[in-house]
Amino acid sequence: MSDTSVKFGSPAKVPAWVNLVLVPLVNLLAAFLLSGVVILIIGDNPLQAMEVLIYGAFGYEEALGYTLYYTTNFIFTGLAVAIAFHCGLFNIGAEGQAMIGGLGVGLVALYLDVLPFALVVPIAILAAALFGGFWAAVPAYLQAKRGSHIVITTIMFNFIAASVLTYLLVEVLIAPGGQSPESREFAEHTWLPFFHNFLPLPETPLNISFIFALLLCVGFYYLMWHTRWGYEIRVTGQNETAAKYAGISPARNIILAMIISGALAGFVGVNEILGVHHRLILEFTGGFGFVGIAVALMGRNHPVGIFLAALLFGALYQGGSELAFEMKNINREMVIVIQGLIILFSGALEHMFRPTIENFFKKRSSSAAVEA
Amino acid sequence: MTTSSPALELRRVNKWFGAVHANKDISLSVGRGTIHGIIGENGAGKSTLMSIVYGFYQADEGEILVNGSPYQIDNPQASIAAGIGMVHQHFMLVDTFTVLENIILGVEGSARLAGGLEHARAELARLEKEYSLEVDVDAVVGDLPVGIRQRVEILKALYRGAEILILDEPTGVLTPQEADHLFRILNTLREQGKTVILITHKLREIMAITDNVSVMRRGEMVAHVATKDTDREKLAELMVGRSVLLRVEKDDAQPAETVMSMRHVRYLDRDGVSRLKDINLDIKAGEILGIAGVSGNGQSELMEILGGTLRPSEGQIIYKGEDITNSANFNARDLRKIGLGHVPEDRHRSGLVLSFSAYENTILGYHDRPEYNKGTTLDNSSMIAHCEKHIEKFDVRPTDPTLKASGFSGGNQQKLVLAREMEQDPDILLVGQPTRGVDIGAIEFIHQQLIQMRDAGKAILVVSVEIDEVMSLADRIAVMFDGAIVGELDAKDATETKLGLMMAGVKEGVEA
Repeated sequence: MSDTSVKFGSPAKVPAWVNLVLVPLVNLLAAFLLSGVVILIIGDNPLQAMEVLIYGAFGYEEALGYTLYYTTNFIFTGLAVAIAFHCGLFNIGAEGQAMIGGLGVGLVALYLDVLPFALVVPIAILAAALFGGFWAAVPAYLQAKRGSHIVITTIMFNFIAASVLTYLLVEVLIAPGGQSPESREFAEHTWLPFFHNFLPLPETPLNISFIFALLLCVGFYYLMWHTRWGYEIRVTGQNETAAKYAGISPARNIILAMIISGALAGFVGVNEILGVHHRLILEFTGGFGFVGIAVALMGRNHPVGIFLAALLFGALYQGGSELAFEMKNINREMVIVIQGLIILFSGALEHMFRPTIENFFKKRSSSAAVEA
Repeated sequence: MTTSSPALELRRVNKWFGAVHANKDISLSVGRGTIHGIIGENGAGKSTLMSIVYGFYQADEGEILVNGSPYQIDNPQASIAAGIGMVHQHFMLVDTFTVLENIILGVEGSARLAGGLEHARAELARLEKEYSLEVDVDAVVGDLPVGIRQRVEILKALYRGAEILILDEPTGVLTPQEADHLFRILNTLREQGKTVILITHKLREIMAITDNVSVMRRGEMVAHVATKDTDREKLAELMVGRSVLLRVEKDDAQPAETVMSMRHVRYLDRDGVSRLKDINLDIKAGEILGIAGVSGNGQSELMEILGGTLRPSEGQIIYKGEDITNSANFNARDLRKIGLGHVPEDRHRSGLVLSFSAYENTILGYHDRPEYNKGTTLDNSSMIAHCEKHIEKFDVRPTDPTLKASGFSGGNQQKLVLAREMEQDPDILLVGQPTRGVDIGAIEFIHQQLIQMRDAGKAILVVSVEIDEVMSLADRIAVMFDGAIVGELDAKDATETKLGLMMAGVKEGVEA
């Protein structure tokens, strides 16, 4: 209400695990409870649904493979949204950046397939980063230099990306003699190895992009908290005036953070196009870019949290399909409702339970504390 | 209503913010028709207490009595109904509305404005006459000077039937002359039987205007005294809990060569408004140059240009004899490398990243220095070691370098910023509002540090809106008004009246 309410008094200490573990768990529990009520209303047993969901996501090797394959995409988009958040930016455009990143991958795989695996794959990965990064750089430039709001421009760039991809697949890249908007299949030596190629596992889409995603988590942590470049991005995000005062250019860092963000989102294309579909198709991004926002929020923009949140959403995607298959009243749309509830509670309503939980712990610590 | 009961009485009020016991067993009695001062350092709990009275916060324990009867004050509406009005430090006015529209905001009377406006106009005419609060009710608030806007706030409270008026640091934005005018208004209010509560950390104001004064320290009321029975030194001692030096002790300055100067500098902001007009300044080694002036008269822009975050529209910046105006070095990062330290006016907005730990703030602006980097990796142990050194040398408390900057009090935050900038051993130090929101005890320390630096032959520029501070700290004083330097004088020749007149734009400066 007034500025006095924020000005006075230093915040009381709340144990770190409360914010990092307890609050997300409470949000998750609330989402599951509400989902349970919905399942009850449509006439199924929520406990049984829960069992099917968990078994469907983790219960057997094949399920786990699919879960980790989805997780890979969520790690990419979660990290992408998170680095933008660290710079104080809301990147809604991960979806479009992933599409364009995939386009880059596809172009390399289609036209540079004379090169051997050891060259074409790194170039394709680089292309994913460059294309995705470029798609984010334009809104970033407009935000940094012209003040156009990045939320609006990245949303619009999603539509443009979708249209560009459709046009190219319908008019230009379509497989010769093909009837559907997709390119020809890539040469086999450009495909990323599946896990089941080198491990005794059943056939799943899980490929080495997952390892790449895990490495990026480590790289993300190192960049953000252990280099001066990450420091500059975080200063810009937390306090732009302080950044200017310290000789840190907000414009430069906004553009840099968004390029990295777009590159990370672009790697969805590596997993999907080079890892799974082996051809350029439409709609391979499947909403991963948007769910990445929830992943980043729930993971508190930290790679460990993002990995866990990505795993959760991966499990929901995989377990959810199983759920739609196994339970008589639950269909695909119902699963999306459950996913939506989780996104709602851990993303949009992220702060609903926080004050109550924090107050509980503050009161406890205050009654224990001896006055300084 | 019994005349013997005090206008406002607090009984054993307690308030916690989490673990922070912001108000401890506060009892206070304010007599009707008096001006009651509440004084205390920043963070002593004055603002919290008044926010409780005004209904922004609820007390966790204790009673509030208005005119002898207990009141449940849960929100500002209840407080207004109890006859309490508040004039906030930052005015709560709509700049694009007229005075009249602002005053009736929230009490329009009906959905149609016309009736309410007419009623208000008549009522305001009466109030203005009664309390000699002349204001043009049809003027747009955005066009009015701050002193007048404050009167609008007072009128607003009176229009809502306030019998008790709380003023929170009312003179922070006023020239001494405007402050005097405010005090005359407060006197009239007292004569008319209103009760005034004045929250301030300025001892001068307490002595000048109040009947009684209550002193707060660390959330507690430590004394209630009649103003006539006390003096500045005694009050300062009560506030801090030990005796303090109110004046800065220093030898005469030994000014040497000019380190940095501005020549005919002008600055136009984005809207084309002239913020700096033909500024000429020389900042010399071994001397403290003070810039006095009411805030918002170009001091911020001046600091930003010298600090390298703004480019002048015209004119030259000369650093160590070299015109750097168009040099690639003229930016905040490179100026630091060639010996400029900068303590910004607003440590919350610029000087610190509050959500970062103290040690991460230690490298702000210096994060690409070799001492903080090992190759591409930031050297956390070196950052922490430097921060620990700063904490020890500048007596920052608590002594934990991993604590978030927001967890330190204002004075300790300022010490962290000062330590960062001074420990790089700059040749010139720009200091904006060195002691804004800083406890008296820490003020003494900060002033001593600045004097020491001056005596070590460094050039120092101090910008402050506290006229006392400029007078006691600076060796030479330049006064700014409306983007121009009205005059420059030797600190020895400066008097409060002289500076006050210059701050109001009267060109009477004696050339030094």
